[in-house]
Amino acid sequence: MAETLTLTIDGKETTAEQGKTLLDVAREVGADVPTICYHDATTANGLCRMCVVEVEGSRVLQPACVVQAGAGMKVHTRSDKVVRSRKTILEMLDSTMDLSEADEIQTMMKDYDADPNRFPDAERRQSEVKDDNPMYVRDYSKCLLCWRCVQVCADDAQYTYAINFEGRGYETQIGTFFDKSIPETTCVLCGQCVGVCPTGALKPKREYLLEQGMSPNEISVLNTGRKRRREK
Amino acid sequence: MIKPERITTTTCPYCGVGCTLQLHVKDDFIYKVTSPFDSPVNHGNLCVKGRFGYDFIYHPKRVTAPLVRRYLLEGKPKPEGREQVFAVSKDGKSIEHSNISNDWDWVETDWDTALNVTADNLVKIYQRDGADAMAVYCCAKATNEDNYLLQKIFRALFRTNNVDHCTRLCHAGSVVALQQALGTSAMSNTASQVMLNDVFIVTGSNTGENHPIIALQMKEAVRKNGAKLIVIDPRRIDLVDFAELWLPLKPGTNVPVFSAMAHVIVNENLVNTDFIAKRTEGFNEYIESLEKFTPEYAEEISGVPAEDIRKAARLYAQANNAAIYWGMGISQLSHGTASALGLVNLALLTGHIGRDGTGLNPLRGQNNVQGASDMGAMPFFFPGYQRVDNEEHAMNWETLWNIPAGGLSRKLGLTTTEILSHAHEGGVRALYIMGENPMMSEPNLNETRRHMGQLEFLVSQDIFINESGAFADVFLPATPFAEKDGTFSNTDRRVQRVRTAQPPRGQSRPDWEILCDLALRIESKLGVDSSKWDYSNPEEILREMASLNKDYAGITYERIDKVGLIYPVPDENHPGTPTLFQDSFPRGRGKFISLDYVHVMEEPDDEYPFILTTGRVLEHWHGGTMTRNSALDEAYPEARAEMHPADADMHGITDGMPVRVSSRRGEVVLRATVTEKTTVGVVFIPFHFAEAAANLLTNDALDPQAKIPEFKACAVQVFPARESDLPNPEAMLERGRY
Repeated sequence: MAETLTLTIDGKETTAEQGKTLLDVAREVGADVPTICYHDATTANGLCRMCVVEVEGSRVLQPACVVQAGAGMKVHTRSDKVVRSRKTILEMLDSTMDLSEADEIQTMMKDYDADPNRFPDAERRQSEVKDDNPMYVRDYSKCLLCWRCVQVCADDAQYTYAINFEGRGYETQIGTFFDKSIPETTCVLCGQCVGVCPTGALKPKREYLLEQGMSPNEISVLNTGRKRRREK
Repeated sequence: MIKPERITTTTCPYCGVGCTLQLHVKDDFIYKVTSPFDSPVNHGNLCVKGRFGYDFIYHPKRVTAPLVRRYLLEGKPKPEGREQVFAVSKDGKSIEHSNISNDWDWVETDWDTALNVTADNLVKIYQRDGADAMAVYCCAKATNEDNYLLQKIFRALFRTNNVDHCTRLCHAGSVVALQQALGTSAMSNTASQVMLNDVFIVTGSNTGENHPIIALQMKEAVRKNGAKLIVIDPRRIDLVDFAELWLPLKPGTNVPVFSAMAHVIVNENLVNTDFIAKRTEGFNEYIESLEKFTPEYAEEISGVPAEDIRKAARLYAQANNAAIYWGMGISQLSHGTASALGLVNLALLTGHIGRDGTGLNPLRGQNNVQGASDMGAMPFFFPGYQRVDNEEHAMNWETLWNIPAGGLSRKLGLTTTEILSHAHEGGVRALYIMGENPMMSEPNLNETRRHMGQLEFLVSQDIFINESGAFADVFLPATPFAEKDGTFSNTDRRVQRVRTAQPPRGQSRPDWEILCDLALRIESKLGVDSSKWDYSNPEEILREMASLNKDYAGITYERIDKVGLIYPVPDENHPGTPTLFQDSFPRGRGKFISLDYVHVMEEPDDEYPFILTTGRVLEHWHGGTMTRNSALDEAYPEARAEMHPADADMHGITDGMPVRVSSRRGEVVLRATVTEKTTVGVVFIPFHFAEAAANLLTNDALDPQAKIPEFKACAVQVFPARESDLPNPEAMLERGRY
């Protein structure tokens, strides 16, 4: 039996098992803490900072997905500071990348009254759609670098290590080693990355082609002839 | 962004892992597949086949109208021999073939005509030549309900036990061994219990490519739980990167290696004396047989260093919870039964069975091979592994199927390879094939072709005209997994739901409906009482089978609506049985069985100096009926022969060069892949590619008890060939993960 400790969430005292994160405890008591990069099937990294909560006495806001619950903590999941922080993150994200297909984030933007025009001069990330394998397409103009795809390709699920971060700072992007096309990497086309992408940056090819206006019949015929040909 | 009209939860139709799929459908078109992260089988993970490989459903070549050969429709006599025809004649116009008579044309027709022709011809042959002339291949991809019905037709109406399916070519050796030693025929534990192993052996299984999601769990067990993995395999499969030990044995030398491990365990006093005393029999005779199997003796035969055999034995025996997972490398040999018994002996010596986190675990290949076997699609067993020559069992099924006492045959039937070799005058005349492709999966395909040509009447119930259906007289278009309801039983013995996501395309019909319709027509022509074919839904079929097969007694569609149940489920309150044999084995005590070293039937010699071993790749499935008609073919478009660099250098073969691989039985031309994934002296060819069919080379030597062919070892020669000899020179396999 794990040891337990007591802490306060939004004014209500609760007990928690030692080792649980503030996000775990918040969920147990029904407090709504939004997350973007966090996923049940991947290791938490505290990248997006949407899950920040205010812990009395702490200098900065605490990312609930990685901070462990501590005895006697007084946690506020929706204080003014928290709301302002989350709102700004959403506004920055929305000014930078195409979030039109990220339903959950769209809901959050409404919930936090995020103003999509707050940063009118922001530079948007542009990327052409990478269509280099038979199974899925990559549109990094929608990517918000939540890291989930890299993680499930690595130790969180597949142990295949086909994709990772490339570049630095603002130029950071997800890519393959030496920018090789997907079939030339160790990728086994399992699509775990597609399965965890929150924004539609990674999408099954058939879904993409349908959205582009191809008919189901046309898409089905596509499979019959399009094979990479050897140069003579 | 597309919103789905519905999201149907079902089970993957590819391998025995049985991952949960969510099919996203709009306008009767599946455009996306996801998987719930709380699925106890696969935790949201899928492989390329499950996630993207469903598109064969929509391929233009899929047949959705019943087809009958022109000669049959026009009432002409059957032309000589039997011609393979893949294309369908439209609007009654003949297809131009180079030298094939137009009488062989496929002509589209309606269900009544096709089913009447089928029933007429089957009944005619049965009434003329009797039960021995009738045979059927059931389908390890179809549902439990489909398989139960098809074996019921051939047993109840045609009174034959010539009922079999592709498990004969797969785990027959394992099943016979487990039956002999323990009285069982399935995994004893579940694949997810690998997380409880502190040591586990993977042998004869390229798990990373054939059971990808189980391999993920194995890798997690190694990396996150510190489990120690021992790989015993002739090829350097990707699991070797995670292994503590790799024993690269020569193909076909399993018995000496496993027996040498047993020798070490006995001689170093690592046996579990308590378990042996309480749960086994035959120990004393058995240890005498181990004397000659020293590690040095095994090293001489197999090439595995004696010290590694010792290390492996000690690691396995001294573990707290150890399990063995195995695949085709064990079973597909002319001594496949002995090979699997070698593993059973190890578990009995050490007591690593009958507890969570241990076990003897043959990884079943097809999505429903476990189920098809459970449904009695076998020549020796009724559903539930009840022997056909057991009077009490036979009488029970006679009562259930409304047949006069003594009606069911008590004679053991023919196995798949035997059915074909008996296809001649006076032998098997009629063969019904549901969803199988013996023209790609049987050994020695030139002989198989000859046998197929001698059949008098052949029916193919399938979704594409594959290499076998192209020989048939009648083609009945069935539905794939996404267009029917039923259940699959995966390798863990978990019975899971299969659900309709879209209506059957064209005129295709779910298999169970076709079979009921056909059965009624056969009964009417035979003039017999009905055995019951008027089911209103597939669940009724399962419940009928479960009434005499106690393992499934407590399984209802409601109970498995969200999560499948692991049988035995003896009643409707029972939660299922993940770990078997906690108190006893089905036969009582586990039996030690003494083994001797038996050579493979065809060893390499000067004329054919390499050992050919066959297998699969991640992107394709078996004969290719599904995957070669899918985007998966784009991911892996050509056959490749794997050779070790040392062998390649000696023969002037470079990577990508065309080579001719020949055996005493046939030859293929394909490109070589020079890689250290295979070992010196061994050539590996996957068997998916019709244009370079590996089974043209393989040996149809059978294991005497299991009747399984020796796919894993025969002798071949390899020579460079010309680009112009290649069947599809422009196809190019991109080289990332290879």
